[in-house]
Amino acid sequence: MSDRFKPAAQILKDNNYDSAKLIPILQKVQDAYHFLPEDVMRYIANELNISPAKVFGVATFFAHFAITPKGKHIIRVCNGTACHVKGSAGIIDAVKKKLKLKDGQETTEDLLFTLECVSCLGACGLAPVMVVDDVVHGQVTPAKAEELLDEVIKAEAK
Amino acid sequence: MENENFVIIEGKKVAIEGERNLLELIRKAGFNITTFCYQPELEIYGACRLCLVEVDGMGVVASCCVAPRAGMNVRINTDEIRRLRRINLELLLASGNHNCTVCSKSGHCKLQSLAQEMGITEIRFKAKQKETVRDTSSAALVRDNSKCILCGNCVRICNEVQGIGAIDFAFRGYRAKITPAFDKGMGESHECVSCGQCARVCPVGALTPNCSEIEQVFKEINNPAKKVAVHIAPAVRVGLGEIFGLPQGKSIDGKIAAALRMLGFDYVYDTAFAADLTIVEEATEFLHRFTEGKNLPQLTSCCPAWVNYVEKFTPEFIPNLSTARSPMQMMGPVIKADFVEKGGKREDLVVVAIMPCSAKKGEIKREEFYVDGNPDTDHVVTTVGLARMIKEAGIDFANLKDEEFDHPFGTKTGAGVIFGASGGVMEAALRFAAAELDPKNAGKIKLDVLRANSTVKEAELKVAGKTVRVAVVSGLRNARKLLDDIKAGKNKYDFIEVMSCQGGCVAGAGQPQFEGWQARKNRAKGLYDDDAKMAYKSQDNKDVMALYGTIFDKIGGHKAHELLHTHYFDRKDRTGQDK
Amino acid sequence: MATKDIAKIAKDFNDAYKNIKHRIVICGGTGCIAGGSLDVYKAFQTEMEKRNLPCSVEVTKGCRENYLSLSGCRGFCAQGPLVSVGDIFYTKVKVADVPEIIEKTLLKGEVIDRLLYHNPANNQKSKTVADIPFYAKQQRILLADCGRINPEDINEYIAHGGYAQAKRIYLEMTPEQVCKEMIKSGLRGRGGGGFPTGKKWEFARIEPEGKKYVICNADEGDPGAFMDRSVMEGNPNAVLEGMMIAAHAIGADEGYIYVRMEYPLAIKRIRKAIEEAEALGILGENVFGSGKNFKINVMEGAGASVCGEETALIASVDGMPKVKPPFPAHSGLFGKPTVINNVETLATVAKIFEMGPENFAKIGPATSPGTKTFAVTGHIANTGLVEVPMGTTLRQVINDVAGGTTNSDGTVNPEAFKAAQIGGPSGGCLTKEHFDVPLDFDSLKSAGAMVGSGGLVVMNEKTCMVNVARFFLEFTKRESCGKCVPCREGTDQMLSLLTDICEGRGTMKTLETLEDLAKAVQKSSLCALGKTAPNPVLSTLKYFKDEYLAHVVEKRCPAGVCKALAKYEIDPAKCKGCGMCKRACPVQAITGAVGKPHVIDPKKCIKCGSCKSTCKFGAVKIGA
Repeated sequence: MSDRFKPAAQILKDNNYDSAKLIPILQKVQDAYHFLPEDVMRYIANELNISPAKVFGVATFFAHFAITPKGKHIIRVCNGTACHVKGSAGIIDAVKKKLKLKDGQETTEDLLFTLECVSCLGACGLAPVMVVDDVVHGQVTPAKAEELLDEVIKAEAK
Repeated sequence: MENENFVIIEGKKVAIEGERNLLELIRKAGFNITTFCYQPELEIYGACRLCLVEVDGMGVVASCCVAPRAGMNVRINTDEIRRLRRINLELLLASGNHNCTVCSKSGHCKLQSLAQEMGITEIRFKAKQKETVRDTSSAALVRDNSKCILCGNCVRICNEVQGIGAIDFAFRGYRAKITPAFDKGMGESHECVSCGQCARVCPVGALTPNCSEIEQVFKEINNPAKKVAVHIAPAVRVGLGEIFGLPQGKSIDGKIAAALRMLGFDYVYDTAFAADLTIVEEATEFLHRFTEGKNLPQLTSCCPAWVNYVEKFTPEFIPNLSTARSPMQMMGPVIKADFVEKGGKREDLVVVAIMPCSAKKGEIKREEFYVDGNPDTDHVVTTVGLARMIKEAGIDFANLKDEEFDHPFGTKTGAGVIFGASGGVMEAALRFAAAELDPKNAGKIKLDVLRANSTVKEAELKVAGKTVRVAVVSGLRNARKLLDDIKAGKNKYDFIEVMSCQGGCVAGAGQPQFEGWQARKNRAKGLYDDDAKMAYKSQDNKDVMALYGTIFDKIGGHKAHELLHTHYFDRKDRTGQDK
Repeated sequence: MATKDIAKIAKDFNDAYKNIKHRIVICGGTGCIAGGSLDVYKAFQTEMEKRNLPCSVEVTKGCRENYLSLSGCRGFCAQGPLVSVGDIFYTKVKVADVPEIIEKTLLKGEVIDRLLYHNPANNQKSKTVADIPFYAKQQRILLADCGRINPEDINEYIAHGGYAQAKRIYLEMTPEQVCKEMIKSGLRGRGGGGFPTGKKWEFARIEPEGKKYVICNADEGDPGAFMDRSVMEGNPNAVLEGMMIAAHAIGADEGYIYVRMEYPLAIKRIRKAIEEAEALGILGENVFGSGKNFKINVMEGAGASVCGEETALIASVDGMPKVKPPFPAHSGLFGKPTVINNVETLATVAKIFEMGPENFAKIGPATSPGTKTFAVTGHIANTGLVEVPMGTTLRQVINDVAGGTTNSDGTVNPEAFKAAQIGGPSGGCLTKEHFDVPLDFDSLKSAGAMVGSGGLVVMNEKTCMVNVARFFLEFTKRESCGKCVPCREGTDQMLSLLTDICEGRGTMKTLETLEDLAKAVQKSSLCALGKTAPNPVLSTLKYFKDEYLAHVVEKRCPAGVCKALAKYEIDPAKCKGCGMCKRACPVQAITGAVGKPHVIDPKKCIKCGSCKSTCKFGAVKIGA
């Protein structure tokens, strides 16, 4: 087997080739490959004896899965009710502007950032909330959002 | 005592007789509510919400999702139900590109007919401007997601009946669509075998058999430099009539022959001729294998979607496939060889096959069926496609007088005609084999089980002290299970007939659409009725037997092998595995 | 493996705990961690080390006199990071505050005034949790141990009586008795529908013996509700114990917890708790020597809120709701009888058996007994989790517990209350006229709203209700699975109609179509998500019709929220004529001489808001 499929093969083995565990398998595969590449999805479908169309369906149904490469840094802006009421729309706009993301575009051209708008992070007390690479920031303002992005950009430049 | 087991539907008592849901009962009561996502053969899905009814104590329910219970009081046409159905219909009409006048499904579309039934003249919702996005990557099928109403029938039949899952839902919510894996075209899908059962259950024009060749066929007919031969498959004669208001399943081959001449075809032949030829070759092949005990069970190879399936999913069974070509692909080279023999040039004869099938369109494109760039069969037109040609030409089909097919390639026996029904190929092959194995009994066999309305049938033929174990299976999921059982040693057969479409070619994707088993029964009966009036076994087809000694030296001989047999390719996907 | 003796574990823990003189608890919930509580924790460790103060970070035999631990979410996230030293409760603690806290509070018992909670409603400061009205006015049963115990130490849970009920039930009660007791308690599912939990168990119990499952639905999809996250982070063992009891009641030997992927800390704590419980033999084979087995698996969601719907949850792969019947109790996960309860429900179970079902049934109204946790957010003085008896009124929750509605600048102003959205996108809104409606399943239903998962978003006068309805529809449209026609197409079309209204294209016909459609989606959708999707539309139409009419007839947004309908004006009294706005305006809509009040030409104005954000004098306002 080519090295490319080895991580996927291990994940399948860890999950006993159980097709009922397709979602956890895809989660691990995404962790390993940073997204769900077509050939890997096809390989998984064959090994689990389910159709590639089903795997593709699952991969596109759930918001967490990406079928195109994600950025190195994941920015999540919460747009749950509490955050919305407290102005998350302005933060989303500011991030989009800062990262020059067009409508419908989630990942920057240079694959440095992916912006995800999520429904609720359950940190409503801190609304509005923005998460930069799993670190939660509360009571964010558009200006603060830009600062947070600048920090990442600066660190990357080094 | 009075039977208590009934439901009251609009005031009328209707007995519960094991119906799987309230909708079936309502239809039995004579209310033929138009719905989209309920198919009697498939699992209940409950998505279109057009079978809504009011049940006392339950309120508004989707009748497909509710089991009938004694004492239920059901109302169908209340103001509330009418309002809800209308809104759901309007939502669907606004959801996509439903421009009836330029849709190939116009006239047979359930969405269109429901809109007519409800007298929709205005849609209150904003049309979601969906451009037509025709996926014409497949020779067999055309997909247009802008017309899709996401009822899921295609997804379910591909999964549940065919066991393939070539298409599935992808994305979510308002972005949801039905697509092959990785959003590719139908023709680029590795899994699709072109059986077209998805199109058979599509209520709208989102999935249809490819009809693009009709234009070319008309052009060929109008080209003075070309001669055009046409032949019709057995199932066509029992499928076409219902489009013209004739009784479903009645064989109307005489009218079809007349119509084909009126359309301008030069030679009007019958694929059943080639079916007899197929039997001679395939059954002879079987007898060899049977005697030698090699490559058994032999699997039939006349269904092109089945051949695709074996190549793509179970290539380990390729040695078991009969090498005999399908009747259509025997007919083409034989007619062309005959034309050349009589001094014509191969490329000056165009062969058009009228088929009940979408996969046949892909079959003629296989490169092994070309000679110096010229195909053995030039075009495949479906039964429904033929109806369109007849209508376009203005032919008053229903009132045509019967005509004969041209000879020699219009000569057939009953054995060739019953190819169109599941079990027919096997019965024809056994008639041949029985006569070969025991010349005294003239091949008469009595195996009614082969004609049963079942998708998996088994039989044993005892002849001349030998026992031939056969199976007949239709639907690819059933076929796969049979193969798996054989591999696991659970079953043993000598000869297996496989048809991709449940019920055989009479239920093919190129036939007029239907729901449920009755249409299959009616059409199969039409074929067996014809059979009863005709010569019994393929050996009795004198024009077929005459080929041996003229075009071919002998049965199974070298020339016969070149024109009448083929080979297969392992096309299994092995992504990520060691080659 | 035999289960370890939990009485001995409790005794060992309590014996060791006697060594402890001072306990410092730092809130380790998602909210406080976001505020830097882990750094505060580390700072305490470093500082104690520096000062050579005896300090332990776990309770073991011979542990030292100062005990430093994290807790789960205390539900007062806006005030985080929270630190308590003994009884003294500090809010908004920073790393820099740590030396002072050790110096003064730990060593001398002095209170640092500036770190105490300051109540914006009455300007009073509170020294202990009990002094804070936010906590004092709650009745915490479910949340009692959240914030009190270390969620990553199963021994402390056991020392507080944990797993004693499970043990008793496994050894002394038949499944039938357990179901009966649950029915007696009257507990109704906290996930939204309010179906009686005991009955749900009974349905699964009477299914023939064989493989059965218990599922904990922790796929909290309602934006604005976070009690499930808090419970999993703060007291994960309570969830596990509830699942064990449910498993015994129905005869299941395996359980699954489906957690949203957006809750990484909850996932971590639940996994840790399972590991610890397995190590003690509480989970596994022959539980408490009963001969029964029970194991729990954790599944992470992949980002689809529809999976909170029961049938979609157990579909596990395609994530789409299925037609019922079959009901999960009959054919659920992998086609086996399955009980699905949400986190809050399950975490309450052991408490019910501890206090006795009869006593639980006495809390709150007879038809909806027990306490309910609400996540109070939005324009409110104290954002947080509020656990009160069912039947408490909206007035009590908003004004007494949560400190009252606030203006947009955060100042408390109970008069500013306009509406509360309860139950999230599936719920409805409550207005001033509902201030005294008891919050319970039945009363809310008759008020056209629902308890739902318990999200309670408070909105002040500056909120446009049409915009709120639109926001929720954006959510449901995005989260609709796409299976059934009314939900897939209907949410999209409702959103489109609402957008027309918000952007000034609405007519009376738009309103009529919207209402018709909303009712149809409610009636004809396949699953609960679709059936409840129109609720925000229908309830705002019911209670704020005049606001819709203002948008449609007068092309005016009374709250000044809808951008397209906004009229930007300059208040001549405030304008100093500095010209900043004129320069900021991208379309040259502003004119005026230097030093003189400027004017906006409404015909040229594109409502971008640049002038408003530029003006230093607050002279630009949005007219209604």
